[in-house]
Amino acid sequence: MKIELTVNGVARTLELPPLLRLLDVLRGPLGLTGTKEGCGEGECGTCAVLLDGEPVNACLVPIGQCDGRAVVTVEGLAVDGAPGALGRAMAEHGGAQCGICTPGMMISAEALLVARPAPSAGEVRHALGGTLCRCTGYERIVDSVLRAAAERRGAGEVGP
Amino acid sequence: MSSSEVRREHVGRSVGRVDGAAKVTGRALYVDDLPARPGELHGAAVRSPVARGLLRSIELDPAFDWSDVTVVRAEDVPDNVVALLVDDQPVLARTRVNHAYEPVVLLACADRGKLERAVAAVRLELEPEPAVLELEAALAAETVISGPDNVQSRYLITKGAADVEAEDRVAASRAAIERALAGCEVVVSGRYSCHHQEHLYLEPNGMVAWWDADGLHATGSIQCPYYVQKGLCRGLRLPAERVHVTQAVTGGGFGGKEEYPTMLALHAALLAQKSGRPVRMVYGRREDIEATTKRHPAVCEVTTGCDRDGTLRVLSLRALYDAGAYVTLTPVVLSRGVLHAGGVYAWRDARIEGLSLATNTPPSGAFRGFGAPQTLWAIERHVDRVARELGRDPAELKRQNLLRVGDSTPTGQVLRGSVGLAECVTAALEASGYRDKRAAPPRVVGRKARGIGCSVVLHGAGFTGSGERRLQGKVAVDLRPGGRLCIRTASTDIGQGTETVFAQIVADAAGVGLADVDFATPCTTHVPDSGPTVASRTVMVVGSIVERAAQKVAARVRAEQAAAGGSFAAAGDRLLAREGAVSALEQYEPPGWVAWDDARYKGDAYPAFAFACDVAEVEVDLDTFEVRVVGFWCAADVGRAVNPVMCKGQLEGGALQAIGWALTEEVVWRDGRILNPRLTNYIVPTALDAPPFETFLVEAPFEHGPGGGAKGIGELPMDGGAPAVAAAIEHATGLVLDGLPLTPERLLAASLARGEVKP
Repeated sequence: MKIELTVNGVARTLELPPLLRLLDVLRGPLGLTGTKEGCGEGECGTCAVLLDGEPVNACLVPIGQCDGRAVVTVEGLAVDGAPGALGRAMAEHGGAQCGICTPGMMISAEALLVARPAPSAGEVRHALGGTLCRCTGYERIVDSVLRAAAERRGAGEVGP
Repeated sequence: MSSSEVRREHVGRSVGRVDGAAKVTGRALYVDDLPARPGELHGAAVRSPVARGLLRSIELDPAFDWSDVTVVRAEDVPDNVVALLVDDQPVLARTRVNHAYEPVVLLACADRGKLERAVAAVRLELEPEPAVLELEAALAAETVISGPDNVQSRYLITKGAADVEAEDRVAASRAAIERALAGCEVVVSGRYSCHHQEHLYLEPNGMVAWWDADGLHATGSIQCPYYVQKGLCRGLRLPAERVHVTQAVTGGGFGGKEEYPTMLALHAALLAQKSGRPVRMVYGRREDIEATTKRHPAVCEVTTGCDRDGTLRVLSLRALYDAGAYVTLTPVVLSRGVLHAGGVYAWRDARIEGLSLATNTPPSGAFRGFGAPQTLWAIERHVDRVARELGRDPAELKRQNLLRVGDSTPTGQVLRGSVGLAECVTAALEASGYRDKRAAPPRVVGRKARGIGCSVVLHGAGFTGSGERRLQGKVAVDLRPGGRLCIRTASTDIGQGTETVFAQIVADAAGVGLADVDFATPCTTHVPDSGPTVASRTVMVVGSIVERAAQKVAARVRAEQAAAGGSFAAAGDRLLAREGAVSALEQYEPPGWVAWDDARYKGDAYPAFAFACDVAEVEVDLDTFEVRVVGFWCAADVGRAVNPVMCKGQLEGGALQAIGWALTEEVVWRDGRILNPRLTNYIVPTALDAPPFETFLVEAPFEHGPGGGAKGIGELPMDGGAPAVAAAIEHATGLVLDGLPLTPERLLAASLARGEVKP
């Protein structure tokens, strides 16, 4: 099947069986290994990507459903290859430890921050509720996302 | 340069992760992200479906096309042993299987889909035998699967009245401790059990192996490159210089990538050898849960004696650990278990006995805490029970009996310093409002009851007793062009932040910037054997020699600067031009006063202990018995926090792992097989299940720790979560639970037993 989609803003045309998992297409032919596989059944959220702005588990999405749509992966959240405000906050404030859940966490957080630029801690926890982390206890991930939100708003500090 | 002269610009600051940018942009390459090598095959294992049985034959379905499938059987393994403590575990089962999921045949194929079909086309003809699946059955020894009585290892620690000289020390010390107990005003007994736990690192185990003119290469998700090298040398009969083991960026370990990857590396290497192609083996979640190690289940029987005023005097404790089918690291796990069994209390007389027993379950193995969470669960629950008998608040009873400098542990180790226990207790109780919340009756709103509970724990850092002396861990720091310093160590960063905190230690020790410090990829060919990345030893033990090596290299550059001027970088480059290489290789030596008697289990078990007080506040749904942890306070004596944010991250992450163990994480078994090997039904806490954490760092420096006194803290937070949660549930509901996990079903059963709820 011929599939036309944009990946991290770049138009791509693929000829692939439609039932291939989006996850495998990203990690295989597209060479975007930033998206990780943690369980393969939609439970851990490690493989989250944005599909037309919505966070989805790439292990559950057949590539055939991506025709005409836009996919953003963790690589697409970087700015010229360097971390943006969210990535910097995760790296500097304890939001990333082993880093394997970090791409999924950042995708879920990005979707939240686009919709709600000034989320509460509870809203952050809710948005990240579908992504498992075994390292941090989540406290510093929540803190990192709140800091990134503040920086993106230009407020310079965590609030309210 | 003595430590008082060191300027600390980096240690003590929460600098960002040095590997952070790679991880948050998706650039970091974990094992399954490594590009396929030319001709690479995928590998898989065919595993036993039964817990115990004789292997009669292995049949390859003749209707299947095996032409492009590599098959490895036990007879293909040069030396069919996984080299750990005892040579009892085969790389592939040959004549019998001793646990479900034991590997029997290995397959490799370029086509992943065909590989899956090939696994299904292998028929194992097994004659099942009676299996031993529980600790109690192992102890009863009606079916014997190991030695004369299923007992696999045994320890005895005696102190005070129990420390008797006799031919039969086991019996004589038992009689002596019973006499000591009989002389106590208040005697309390209890039995405390705990269960398997799956590590659930989010990156499953994975390895890529290939052969070339230099020998064998294995790159994987691992904690201990030299363990893997040792196993490959033994199993494939290769000299160390022909085996090159490299750590890929590793997505969590928690002990689950300590000994297990040796098995996986052997499998990948054997397939690669036979096929002549590179072989990649990355487990799916199901295989990872089924085939890899778990935390040891344990039962502890405890009797204590105390004065009516609450002074704890006598401890008698017997711990039984379920080793699973092979020894792996169990004797060391059990050792740490018995060494922590006295908890944070000053016992006058103590007798602690530990036994590990063989069962036909997958081997239990290393898991953060390494035996200590099991005995600390028991002793903390038990002291809560003593408080109930005495009508005392448990936290106050604990505070009354805390170890102080000058007190001795059950092995007779006199605590010389760095004991911030009392400060931890004060900080956690005050921040949580424990006293006020305990003083009022449990708050019940609608069908929700709130309660609060506390635990106080310790964790020894580094290898036990004489272990570090035997290990002789080494690191090197090299001078590189431009005044840069490169750390070469086998201590891996598996998420805990080794690369960052070592860079901080080096930057201060050498007086250079953080950006001037590099961390070499851990590969056995290029880094010295620093000992394994385990036992809360990375910062305290390995960090201390990293510090020394950096000081030595920097001193040489400074001497050159003093002699001929110029910047640090210019002087360094002159040295390099003159000498070719400038490097310091340092070897760890424990403090001279550390004395340990392996035969009698006496002496200084650890150079230092970290301490913590955990307070949990819970809300229990009185209709469904669901438990939510609504607040968690931890105050930990870490000696010296090299990076406070990362230190707190370790403490919080460990606490949540402990809360998961306590409440929801349950491996469900039937006939030796796991019924819930999936994330759908093995339940680890999410961001919505996790409580807000308030974490306090207490710093009682350890004089031999790096950065001005850091102690090891990686495992400490696994120790106190479960007993704190159980104490809080007891406060909220009056239900006394002595067995983990604290699931709604168990709370309901306890409530039914109390006659409160009609079925």
